[in-house]
Amino acid sequence: MSSSMLFNITTLSYMVSMLIFFVFLGSKNKTVGLAGSLTAYFGLIVQTAAILLRWKESYDMGHGHAPLSNLYESVVFFSWTIILIYAIIEFKYRYRVIGAFVVPFALLGMAWAQLGLNSGIEPLVPALQSNWLLYHVITCFLGYAAFAVACGISIMYLIKERKEDNAATTPAGGIVAMFPSIKVLDDLNYRAIMIGFPLLTLGIVTGAAWANYAWGTYWSWDPKETWSLIVWFIYAAFLHARITRGWVGRRAAILSVVGFAATIFCYLGVNLFLSGLHSYGKSPM
Amino acid sequence: MTTNKRGFAQTLWDFFCSLKLSIVLLILLAATSIIGTIIPQSPPKEYLVTISEAKFKFYNAMGFFDMYHSWWFILLLYLLTVNLVACSIKRLPRVWKIVSEPTLVMDDGMEKTLSLTHEFKMPKDAASVREKLTAFLAKEFSAPVITEVDGAWHLFSQKTPWCRLGVYVVHLSIIIIFIGALIGSFFGYKAYVNIVEGTSTSTVHSARNEKPIDLGFSVRCDKFSVSFYDTGAPKEFKSLLTIIDNGQPVPGLTSRPTIVNDPLTYKGITFYQSSYGPASEGSNSYLTVRPRKGGEPVKLVVRQGEKTSLPGGGTLEVLESTQEVRNFIPEFSGPAAKVEVTPPNGRPYSFLVFKNYPNLDEQRGGDLIFTYEGSDEKYFTGLQVAHDPGVWVVWSGCILMVVGIMMAFFMSHKRIWVRVANGRIVMGGTASKNPAGFQLAFDALVEKLKQQL
Repeated sequence: MSSSMLFNITTLSYMVSMLIFFVFLGSKNKTVGLAGSLTAYFGLIVQTAAILLRWKESYDMGHGHAPLSNLYESVVFFSWTIILIYAIIEFKYRYRVIGAFVVPFALLGMAWAQLGLNSGIEPLVPALQSNWLLYHVITCFLGYAAFAVACGISIMYLIKERKEDNAATTPAGGIVAMFPSIKVLDDLNYRAIMIGFPLLTLGIVTGAAWANYAWGTYWSWDPKETWSLIVWFIYAAFLHARITRGWVGRRAAILSVVGFAATIFCYLGVNLFLSGLHSYGKSPM
Repeated sequence: MTTNKRGFAQTLWDFFCSLKLSIVLLILLAATSIIGTIIPQSPPKEYLVTISEAKFKFYNAMGFFDMYHSWWFILLLYLLTVNLVACSIKRLPRVWKIVSEPTLVMDDGMEKTLSLTHEFKMPKDAASVREKLTAFLAKEFSAPVITEVDGAWHLFSQKTPWCRLGVYVVHLSIIIIFIGALIGSFFGYKAYVNIVEGTSTSTVHSARNEKPIDLGFSVRCDKFSVSFYDTGAPKEFKSLLTIIDNGQPVPGLTSRPTIVNDPLTYKGITFYQSSYGPASEGSNSYLTVRPRKGGEPVKLVVRQGEKTSLPGGGTLEVLESTQEVRNFIPEFSGPAAKVEVTPPNGRPYSFLVFKNYPNLDEQRGGDLIFTYEGSDEKYFTGLQVAHDPGVWVVWSGCILMVVGIMMAFFMSHKRIWVRVANGRIVMGGTASKNPAGFQLAFDALVEKLKQQL
C-alpha cells in the first residue's frame, strides 16, 4: 500500500461525498445527508493515513521531512485541512448541508494535485530546513481552510438571500429550502472566520519569526508577505463590519467571499504570477 | 464662534471614532497594498527601460517604486492608528466599568432584559438558603459577591470579566508592533558583506545606501562549502566563521558553522548565510599534459587569465574554473575547468577537463591529453548582517496580539445573579458571547440547583 494509492482513494471519496451531498440537496433525505458526511470523513481518515505514510516514505528515501515542502504536498494538505475544519463546524453546529458547498473545494484541490502536479518526494532545499516550516505551514493552511469553509457558507448566504428576495410572496422552495436561515448562515460565516483569523495571525507571526531567524528581517514586503497582510486586512474589515450597522449580512458575506479569493491568490497567484521568496509554485507541474 | 469650533472638533472626533472609518481604511490598505506586489519595488534598470516615460513619471511621483514607504501609504497607516486609538478611548471606559464595577444587584427592570432567568420554589429551611446558594455558586460557577438591599439578598458571580478587554489588547498590540518597527528603522540596520575564504573584515555595507558600517569587531571566513543531494539540488551552504574581538578569537565562535536557517549572533549583530561565489582575484589551476604518442607527462601551473606555453609549442589558457561542476552540468561532479588550447599556427579550441574523471580527456582524440588536478581558487561567502534592537518589541506585540485575539474570540464574560426576596428565588444569567452555549450551561446549573434546594 503506497501513499499515492491512498490519495487516489481520498480523491474518490471526496467526489462520491460531493455527489451524495448534491443528491441530498435535491432529495432532502436526512440519511443521504449523513452518508455524504460519513463519506467525507472516511476520505479524511484515509488522507490522514496517506499523509503520515508519505512522511514515512520520505524517511525511507533518506530525505526525512514533513510532507509540506512543495506545491503538490501543500495542495493535498490544504484539502485535508478544509475537510477537518468542515468536520469541526459540522460537529459543533450540526448543519450538514454546508458540506455541499465545502467538499467541492477539497475535491478540487485533490483532483488538481493528483492530475496536474508533480507528486515526487524531493529533498528539502536549505531555505526550508527548519522546524518553523511545520508551525508556519500548519497554522497558515488551517486558517486558509477556515476561510474556504466561510466562503462556502457565504455563497449559500448570497444564494438564499436572493431567493428570499425574489420569492417574498411565496416561500422559498427548491434546494434552498434545505439551507439554514440567513441569520444562521451569517452567524456560521462569522464563526468560521473566528477560527480562521487567529490561525492566519499565527501563520503571519510564525512566518515573520522564521524570516527573522533565517534572513534577519521579519518583514520585507515580499509579495507573499504583503498578500497575507491583504488577506488579514480584509478579514479584519469583516470582523469590524459585523458590529457596524449597515454592514451586517450581505456586505459581510461579500467580504468573506472576497477574502477567500484574496487567500487563494496569496496561496497560488503569488507563486504563479509574481516573484518572491516563496518559490515552490514554480516547480515543474 | 466657539460653538462652531467645538462643532468642528466634535465632528473630527466622531469621524475618528467611527467604525466605518476603520472598515474603509482596512479595505483601502488591502486594495492599495496590491500595487507594490505588481510593480517591482526598488526596480533594476532592466525593468525601468521596459516602461514608457509617462508611466515612469507617474509611478515615480506616486512613490510606486517604494510604495510601502510612500507618504500616502504611511498616512493610511497613521490614520488607522489614530482611528484605533480614538475608538479605544471612546469605548474602553464603558467596558472598563463593566469589568471593574460589576452590577451586583439584579432588579426587576434588569431581570426583564435577561434572556435567561429561572424561578425556584423556596425550600422549607429558608434560613440556610443563602449559605446553600453561596456554596453552590462557589462550587459550580465562581465565588459570589453578596449584597443586601432592603431585606432582599442578592448574589452575583462572574467568570473571566477581563476577556472583554481582548479587543483593546489587540489594538494596543498593533501600536506596540509599530513602535518596535520604528525602533528598528531608527536604531537598527540591514547590511551585507562578502568575505573571501581565509580573510576577515570589520566593516559591512548598509543595504539601504551602501555606506560602510563599522562592526567594532571582525569576522573571518575560514572556509566555505556547498554540498548537494544526489538529485543535484543544493543540500547545504556552510561558512565556517570566526569572530575576532580585541585581536582574540571569541571562544565558542571560532570556526562556527553558519548555515541557512542557523545564523550567528554576536553583540546583537546577526550574520546570515545568504550567497556565495568564486573570489575574483587570480588563482592557479593545476594540470598535467602528456602527448598521445607517448612521452613524459608535464605538470602545468596556470594562472587564470594568462597564457601558458605547452611542451612542443602552442599555448593554454584557463577560461573558467569551478570547484563544483554540478551547478552547470548535473551529470558530473567535482572541480572542473574550461581550457583553451592554441596550437602553433592553428586555430584555438576549447574543451572541459574534470578532476574526478581523469581518463575522460583521452576520448577527446587530441594529440595532447590533459588531466586536471584542480585549482586553489577560493570562494567568498555572502552574509546578510542585521542589527535590530526593536525586534523584541515587535515579538512582544505579536504575542500580545495572539493573546488578545484569543481573549476576544474564544472567551466569554459569563454572569449570574440570584435574588432571594419575598419568598422567591430568581436566578438570571448572561454571557458576552456564544449565547447558545451559555444557555446549555445555565440550564444544567438550574437542574443541579433544583436538586440541592
